[in-house]
Amino acid sequence: MENWQNQKSYIKTFAEDECAISTNNLSVFYGGTVQKLFDVSLGFKKNTITALIGASGSGKSTFLRSLNRMNDRVARVDGSIMFHNLDVNQSKINVYELRKAIGMVFQKPNPFPKSIRENITYALKANGQQNKKKLDQIVEESLRAAALWDEVKDKLDQSALALSGGQQQRLCIARAIALKPEILLLDEPASALDPVSTAKLEDTLKQLRKKYTMVMVTHNMQQASRISEYTAFFHLGHALEYDTTTNIFTNPQGEITEKYIQGSFG
Amino acid sequence: MNAKKTNRIATGVIYFLVGVVILLLVGILGNILISGIPHLSWHFLSSASSSFEAGGGIRDQLFNSLYLLLLTLIISLPIALGAAIYLAEYAPDNWFTQLIRTTIEILSSLPSIVVGLFGYLLFVVQFGFGFSILAGALALTFFNLPTLTSNIEEAIKGVPQTQREAGWALGLSNWKTIHGIVLPAALPGIITGVILSAGRVFGEAAALIYTTGQSGSTVDYSNWNMFSPTSFLNIMRPAETLAVHIWKVNTEGIIPDVNVVSAATSALLVIVVIIFNFGARALGNWIYKRLTAAKIK
Amino acid sequence: MAKKEQDLQQVVENAIAEQKVPHVKFKGIDPKNIDVDRLTKPSKETRQEWWGRGLTFLAIILIGMLIVAIIGFVGMHGLATFIDNKVNIFHFLFSTDWNPGAGKNHVGAAAMIVTSFAVTLLAALIATPFSIAVALFMTEYESGKRVQLLQSVMELLVGIPSVVYGFIGLMVVVPAVRTIFGGTGFGILTATLILFVMVLPTITSLTVDAFKAIPKDLRKSSSALGATKWQTIYHVVLRAACSRIMTAIIFGMARAFGEALAVQMAIGNAVLMPYNLVSPAATLTSQLTSQMGNTVMGTLPNNALWSLALLLLIMSLVFNFLVHLIGKKS
Repeated sequence: MENWQNQKSYIKTFAEDECAISTNNLSVFYGGTVQKLFDVSLGFKKNTITALIGASGSGKSTFLRSLNRMNDRVARVDGSIMFHNLDVNQSKINVYELRKAIGMVFQKPNPFPKSIRENITYALKANGQQNKKKLDQIVEESLRAAALWDEVKDKLDQSALALSGGQQQRLCIARAIALKPEILLLDEPASALDPVSTAKLEDTLKQLRKKYTMVMVTHNMQQASRISEYTAFFHLGHALEYDTTTNIFTNPQGEITEKYIQGSFG
Repeated sequence: MNAKKTNRIATGVIYFLVGVVILLLVGILGNILISGIPHLSWHFLSSASSSFEAGGGIRDQLFNSLYLLLLTLIISLPIALGAAIYLAEYAPDNWFTQLIRTTIEILSSLPSIVVGLFGYLLFVVQFGFGFSILAGALALTFFNLPTLTSNIEEAIKGVPQTQREAGWALGLSNWKTIHGIVLPAALPGIITGVILSAGRVFGEAAALIYTTGQSGSTVDYSNWNMFSPTSFLNIMRPAETLAVHIWKVNTEGIIPDVNVVSAATSALLVIVVIIFNFGARALGNWIYKRLTAAKIK
Repeated sequence: MAKKEQDLQQVVENAIAEQKVPHVKFKGIDPKNIDVDRLTKPSKETRQEWWGRGLTFLAIILIGMLIVAIIGFVGMHGLATFIDNKVNIFHFLFSTDWNPGAGKNHVGAAAMIVTSFAVTLLAALIATPFSIAVALFMTEYESGKRVQLLQSVMELLVGIPSVVYGFIGLMVVVPAVRTIFGGTGFGILTATLILFVMVLPTITSLTVDAFKAIPKDLRKSSSALGATKWQTIYHVVLRAACSRIMTAIIFGMARAFGEALAVQMAIGNAVLMPYNLVSPAATLTSQLTSQMGNTVMGTLPNNALWSLALLLLIMSLVFNFLVHLIGKKS
């Protein structure tokens, strides 16, 4: 494993206008000196799901959280992140507006201790949307889009904490897409869920692909192969391989990628 | 002496010392409650105190204590809340934050008589308030701020980080995330902290002797004009609280039933502290359940 | 190996085939085209952030200013004795002649300083073994309901107002001391006994925290070596918690040193060098409490009292410093 730097690798690239978001030489430092991510340059194609795979500590979550500037408070991020021909990794960028355009769903479902309805409307109201009818409409649409509407339509005013873990996670997706972002970042969204909930969540993601660009960190190789078109493999803070999911899983270039994928399937 | 024997002796000594402490605790609480409760009548609570005859009550002192507590909380809560939010959510990890934390520790360990004397110097003398409820409330605020700040900071830090991330990821400002999501989630802990600190404030006397003064003025409970000198709501009048009353009658008083008045007032203070202590947790738990229960409205 | 690879290929192909999901209609949840300009301009959130940070910082600054003001004001008045009234500071610290009304050569606070330290040290000395025993009982010997009960009673004890302790002292301790030792019943012994009860819960709860912070493995490995419970406690628990117990005792001493009313009610308030434990004496706090109202602002007797307050303030800072020092060492 030590000679990973010499292994064959292939990083797929897309034309600038094909990408929803892309990075150039993105590096992340914690505490000023500890480097967690090394010069990662990846582009993510519009309206696809890209899976980020790799062992724990390989930097895939760090990378994902850098894309919507969630690492601002804890780390220094060098390099550029191109979004609509604009480098959004600059201090002059309004991170609040950026995060409205790039939604995020976390590993553990984290609904607010409020009602289901308020979970979705809270951020909308903060953005100045006060029209009750419009809000109701967005609640319904986003819950439908997250495939949760039928399960909760009769209890919108009950606490979101009373929902099951899988339902909570889909509510978090609904909450994110209610802001109509262009990109959805998913940080191991199914890791805390049971198989049935996971299946439902994956269905939801597959449906959303038609409208959104999604980047998803996952530990679950089957999941990556089931729902993603492209896959990037991370190792010790480097993006070692990036290609179509089919190629990564059936014909990996590097020895480590192959070992990781086989080991995880075994 | 072998190890087993030493072990037995040590265990015996520990249990003996614990036994003594338990006896002490039971003795003290029992003594206060048993000697005081029989004298706690409605008449005692509702009649004015007497300066030289037996049979006086504690009506004014009780009201003053509650009024002072209310004013203290009104002044100290916003400041403590702001300071706690800053420390929990904004403070960078640097020398300045460290300095502020040390400052708060120092303030919390200052003897309350020193805090009271500072209040006397600044408000009673320098600002010319004279002995007044306002000066007392400000002194109690100084006394209360460090404890309240750290109680609230603990409660805020207890809210999982994932809740903050959820807010940030929706493009909410840090401030909106704090007051819309973190504070409501921390509310049970905050309320527990406020009530616990209120118990301390309610029984404090040393900080008040030279700020609210040691004697009350004539109070008219039907006068609702805050600016009238006789109004019970006037914050510029001198006032004596329950705790100060106990001290006063025991050190300088000449009433013949000093022991009865003190015992009953002590019992009242202890009962209030008990209610605050248990009520704080019960109320906190209740609100927590309300917040997380299936039904919201 | 070959078989496994085939299986793998199968899994992947199945998974990819599965991706062809039935078409679903979305009505209005199209991502809106974002206005790139907004990404570079401040928004409502930027302003909220500015206000929030500003307001909370203001609260912090207020607390900071408060402590500066306290030290400044008390320091100014306390130093006036030495600067304006030209009292010799060594005379103040070491002379027992306390009669400030009679002039600058009669401002000796030694009797009060000694008494303050005496009641503080004695109270801590008595409370420490009890506190350690109770803390051991609560962490090493017992668990569950009984510990919880003891803990809530301890918390209650912290909450009892100090005047109530003073009153109990007057009712119970003073007569008892008078009966046993003669005299008036007021004095260092009485004050010590009251302070002992008052600092007991403080020292105990901090000591409990100290014991709880010791990893369970340490105890287990000690008892696995055949050590008795007491050997484990003596060689492992007490040793590991030593510096935190010291901190607990200093916190207790700080509370005892600064306590005013309970002590003032029980000590007799006579500014005399204590020659035994049952004669009336006075501490810094008791003298401040009983005399501040009897002096006129700006006169020597008043300034002398502020010097006592300054001394209290300095001691409080010293206790804080000691706690930090011990914390840094361990």
